[in-house]
Amino acid sequence: MNTYEPPIFEYSAPGKIGVALPELDVPEAALPEELLRDDEMDGLPELTEVEVVRHFTRISQRNYCIDTGPYMLGSCTMKANPKIHEEMARLPGFAFIHPLQDEELAQGALQLMYGLQQLLGEISGFSHVSLQPAAGAQGELTGILVFRAYHLERGDTERVEVLVPDSAHGTNPATAAMAGLRVVEVKTDRRGNVDLDDLKSKLGPRTAGLMLTNPNTLGLFDEHVQEVSRLVHEAGGLMYGDGANFNAILGIVKPGAIGFDLMHYNLHKTFTTPHGGGGPGAGPVGCTDELAPYLPGPVVVKQGERYALHMPEKSIGRVKSFYGNFGMFVRAYTYIRMLGAQGLREVSEIAVLNANYLRVKLQDIYPVAYDRTCMHEVVLKGQIKDAPGIRTLDIAKRLIDYGFHPPTIYFPLTVPEAMMIEPTETETKRNLDLFIAAMRRIAQEAREQPELLREAPTRAPVRRLDEVRAARQPILSYHREAIQALRGDKADPDDVLIRPLGV
Amino acid sequence: MSHYISITDQERRAMLDAIGVTSIEALFSVVPEEKRFPELKLPEPLSESEIARELRELSGRNANTLTHRCFLGAGAYNHFVPSAIDALLRRAEFYTSYTPYQPEISQGTLQAIFEYQSLICALTGMDVANASHYDGATALAEAAIMAVNSTRNRRRLVIAPSVNPQYRQVLRTYTQGLGLQIIGDERVDASLDEVLGLIDETTAAVIVQTPDFLGQLHDLRPIAERIHNAGGLLVAHIDPIALGLFQTPGAAGADIVTAEGQPLGIPISFGGPYLGIFACKEQYVRRMPGRLAGATTDLEGRLAYVLTLQAREQHIRREKATSNICTNQGLMALASTIYLCLMGKTGLRRVAELCYHRAHYAAAEIAKLSGFELLSSGPFFKEFVVRCPRPVSEINRDLAARGFIGGYDLSVHYPHLGNAMLVCVTEMNTRADIDAFVEALRG
Amino acid sequence: MAYQTPEGLQYAKTHEWVKIAGDEATMGITDYAQHALGDIVFVELPEVGKTFSQGDTIGVVESVKAASDIYAPVSGEVIAVNEALLDAPEILNQDPYERGWIVRLRLSAQPSGLMDAAAYEQHVAEEEAGH
Repeated sequence: MNTYEPPIFEYSAPGKIGVALPELDVPEAALPEELLRDDEMDGLPELTEVEVVRHFTRISQRNYCIDTGPYMLGSCTMKANPKIHEEMARLPGFAFIHPLQDEELAQGALQLMYGLQQLLGEISGFSHVSLQPAAGAQGELTGILVFRAYHLERGDTERVEVLVPDSAHGTNPATAAMAGLRVVEVKTDRRGNVDLDDLKSKLGPRTAGLMLTNPNTLGLFDEHVQEVSRLVHEAGGLMYGDGANFNAILGIVKPGAIGFDLMHYNLHKTFTTPHGGGGPGAGPVGCTDELAPYLPGPVVVKQGERYALHMPEKSIGRVKSFYGNFGMFVRAYTYIRMLGAQGLREVSEIAVLNANYLRVKLQDIYPVAYDRTCMHEVVLKGQIKDAPGIRTLDIAKRLIDYGFHPPTIYFPLTVPEAMMIEPTETETKRNLDLFIAAMRRIAQEAREQPELLREAPTRAPVRRLDEVRAARQPILSYHREAIQALRGDKADPDDVLIRPLGV
Repeated sequence: MSHYISITDQERRAMLDAIGVTSIEALFSVVPEEKRFPELKLPEPLSESEIARELRELSGRNANTLTHRCFLGAGAYNHFVPSAIDALLRRAEFYTSYTPYQPEISQGTLQAIFEYQSLICALTGMDVANASHYDGATALAEAAIMAVNSTRNRRRLVIAPSVNPQYRQVLRTYTQGLGLQIIGDERVDASLDEVLGLIDETTAAVIVQTPDFLGQLHDLRPIAERIHNAGGLLVAHIDPIALGLFQTPGAAGADIVTAEGQPLGIPISFGGPYLGIFACKEQYVRRMPGRLAGATTDLEGRLAYVLTLQAREQHIRREKATSNICTNQGLMALASTIYLCLMGKTGLRRVAELCYHRAHYAAAEIAKLSGFELLSSGPFFKEFVVRCPRPVSEINRDLAARGFIGGYDLSVHYPHLGNAMLVCVTEMNTRADIDAFVEALRG
Repeated sequence: MAYQTPEGLQYAKTHEWVKIAGDEATMGITDYAQHALGDIVFVELPEVGKTFSQGDTIGVVESVKAASDIYAPVSGEVIAVNEALLDAPEILNQDPYERGWIVRLRLSAQPSGLMDAAAYEQHVAEEEAGH
C-alpha cells in the first residue's frame, strides 16, 4: 500500500465541508467592515470528512512507527507507548478541563500533578520538581536560567560561562547561548568520560555550571562523575543533568545523589509519553532545596488536604502558558504507578542488557567507539572492513529495506561515522537477534554488492531524496505551479494516481 | 518480570553469557557503589484496572466542559473538536513515530507538516510557517528574539499591555539573559496609541495582539506602518479562529505572526499540550527557529518531503543556532491540519461568525442586567469585558454551584478595571446556554 | 585525494584563499573546503562597508547537514560581495577560485600567517591524516 498521495489541496472543490456546524441562533450583530478579511481564503481547501480521513490515513501508512517494529533511534528512547495511557489522558475530567477554572474545581488534576512531582523527585533524588517545561530543550533553558538567577542573587555576577562536553546534544550549547551565557567546550577522554584535566583548566570564577548528560551521548556512564561534580562545585559552579538518558538509571542511581543540582526529565523518552512525530514532549525539572525558590511556576503544593498552585518566591518566571503539558503528565503518572519501584529498575536493567547484547554481537564488524560496558545505548562506527566506499548513511538506508528503523547516525559529532543504537527495554530478544543478523548481512553486502547499500532504500514508500534541491530552492508551502513543476506533471496531474499499487 | 518487559529469565541468562558477565547488576559496576541501587519509595505497582479506576476517580473530581457550561477563555478556548481529528491522531503511525529524521519512512509526518505549513500560510497571509512551538506564549517569545536577531543592534522591544499577561511573563523569562529592554506595559491601562508612541529607531519590534487579551480587535495596518517607518518589525499575535472573518496579519503588513493553535482542534486539557503557531515573511526565514518541511523529489523523480534549511538548527549550529528548539509539535500540528481541512474556508468562517454573533448577543444581554456594565467599547471578537457588581471570584463560586464555569477574573492583572470579568463565548455556547448564564448572573 | 590549490594565491589555515592586488583583496573558500562541505546550499554574505579584522567571521556557508563560518583571511573593509552566490550557491562547488569569489576587501593592514600553495597543500594533507 505504498501509493503516492497528492497534497490534500488537490482534492478541494467549491461547496464541500467536512463538519456539520450549528445554525446561527442569535440575531446578527454588525460587523466592523474595515477589519474584515478581504480575500476568499482560497488556500483553505473544501473537503468532506471521508476525503480528509482517507487522505490522512493514507499518508499515515507512509510512516514507520514503534507499533510497526523496532525503532532503535539512539538518544531518543523509542519505547512502547502503552494504550492505557491514551485512554486515561482522554478522560473528560482531564481532557476537557480549563486551566483557569477555580482550583476548587480542579482538585483531581492538581492532585495528579502533585503526585507526579513527588514520584519524579523520588526517582531522581530531588526535593522539588516543576512540571512546567514543555520539552527537554525547554527544561534545559529553565535549568540554565535557574543557575543564572542563583548566581546573580548571590552577587556572583561574573559567572557567565557554561561548560558543555564536546559529545553533548546540540541543544546544550544552543540553550546556554539562549540564556545569554558563553559556551565553553570540554573534551572527552580516551574512555569516553569528561576529560578531567581539560575540565580543571576550564573551571574558574566565571563558571556558571556544567551541563552533563550521564550516561552520556556515547552511551557511557562517566567513571568520574562524582569527581566531576566535586570539581565543578569547588569552582563555585552548578551541575546540570540532561535527563535524555535517564532510561538507563531508573532505580540504579539517583542523579541527585551523585552531585547534580538540577535535571530535566524527558517524559516522552523515559516515561513513554508518545513521541507524536516529534512532539509534544514534556520536560519537567527537578532540583535541590537550594535551587527550588528559582523554579518556574506555578508548581502544585499541598495545603492540608487541598492542592493549590504556587509561584516559587524567586522564580525565574513562567516558561510557558499555564502549568505544562498536562496530557503528558497523565500518561507518565500512569506509567510510573503501574511499574512501581521494582518495575522501573527492571526497565533500566533490561534497556542496558539489550544494548550490551547488541554491542558484543556487532563489535567484531562495526567498531565500537569506546570499548567498555555501555549503558542503554551503544555507539558503533559504520566503518566496515574491506568496504571502503560505504558510509554509515548507506548502512542506515539499507536497514530500512530490512524493515528496521535506522539508528541515530552521525551523532555524537565526535565519533566518525557514528551509529547510535538504543534498543530500549521494549525489544524482544528475537528482534535483537534479527537486527544483529540484518546488520551482519548488510556488512556482507557492503563488501560483495555495495550498490545494494548505495541505492537503498528500495522498499520504502520513496527512494532517497534530493535534499540539496530542497535546500537550494525551498518550497515550504503548497503552490500549485511549483508542485506541478516538481512532479513533472504532464497534461493530467492525476496520471500518477492511475497506476498499479506501489509503482 | 513486569508486563512491560519481554525478555524472559532464560533469555537474560543467555544474553549475560554472551556479554560475559554473571549478572545484570554487574553491568552497573561503573556506578559508585555506595550510590548504586537506591531504594525508591514509590507506591506499590497497580494493575491496569486499578490505575484506571484511580484515574477515573481523580478525573471525576474536576469540573469540565461536559459537566459545566464554560464561559471562560483567556488563552484556552472551548471550541468544537470534530471526531475525525482524534480518530486520526490515534493512528499509531502518527503518534508512535518520531521526528522524521529518515524521510523515506516518514513521509506521512513530513507531508502533514508541509500541509500544515501551507494551511497556516493561507490562513495568516504569511509566506512561511513552522510547526515547532510549544504554545502561543513560547512562540511569541521566540518571535521577539528572532526580531532582535533580524534587526542588527536593536535591543528594544515595545509590547502592548493588552497582550496576554502570561505571554508577557514568558517573554521576560526567555529574554532575561539577553540584555534587552522591554517597555510599553509598565502601566496596564496605557492605550495602544501611547504604547506606539514609544517606538523609536532602537526598537527591534512592536508586539501586539489582536483580538487582544481583553477581546478587542485592532487594525494592524497603521501599526505596521508606524513600526516600519522606524525600521523595526511588527510581531502580531492573533487568534486563528478570528481569521475566518477578520483581516489577515499578512495583508496588514506583519513581519512575524504567532498564535495559540489550541483553538484549531486541540482539547483544552488543563493547559497543554498546545501548539504555537509561528509564521513570517520569506526574507526572515534564515533567522526562523524550528523545523521546516520542504517539497522535493526522490531518486525516481517522485514528489516527496524532507526537513530542510536545517543549518539554522541546534543540532548543526549548536551555540549559533536560531533557537534551542528541537521539538516539532507534530501531533498537535497534525490536529490543526485536520481541523482546517475539515472546516475549510466555509466552516472556518461559520465558526468565526457563530463566535462573533453569539458573543455580541451575550454581551448585550449581560449589559441589560442591573449592576453589570459592558466595558468593551471597540469591536471585539469572542471575548468581552463586563464590570460586575461584586468581586468576580464570588460570582464564579455561585456560578459553579449552578453548573457554569464563569469568566476570567481580571482584578489581578488589570486592577484599574475594577470587578471586571472577561467573558468568552464560542460556537459551543448555544443561545440557551447564554440565556441560562445571564439568568445565573442575575443571581 | 587531490584538490586544486592554485599558485599565486595565499591561504589561511581555516581554508580560505585570498588574492591581493595593491590594496585590494579578493577572497573565497578553497577547493578542499568545498569538497569537505559537500553540496553548498546557502551562503551568507557580509554587508558592503563593514570592516573586519583578520580571523573575524565574515560569512557562513551551509550544506544540507553542516554550516561553516568563513573567516576573513585579511583585515579590511568590504567593498563588494558576490551576489550571484545568493541565487546559485553551487558556484562555490563548481568554481571556488574564479566565479566562486565571495568578498572583495580594501586592505587596512598586511595579513600575517598566510600560506603559499605548497604550505597549504601540506596543511590539508595533515588535516586529512588527522581524521
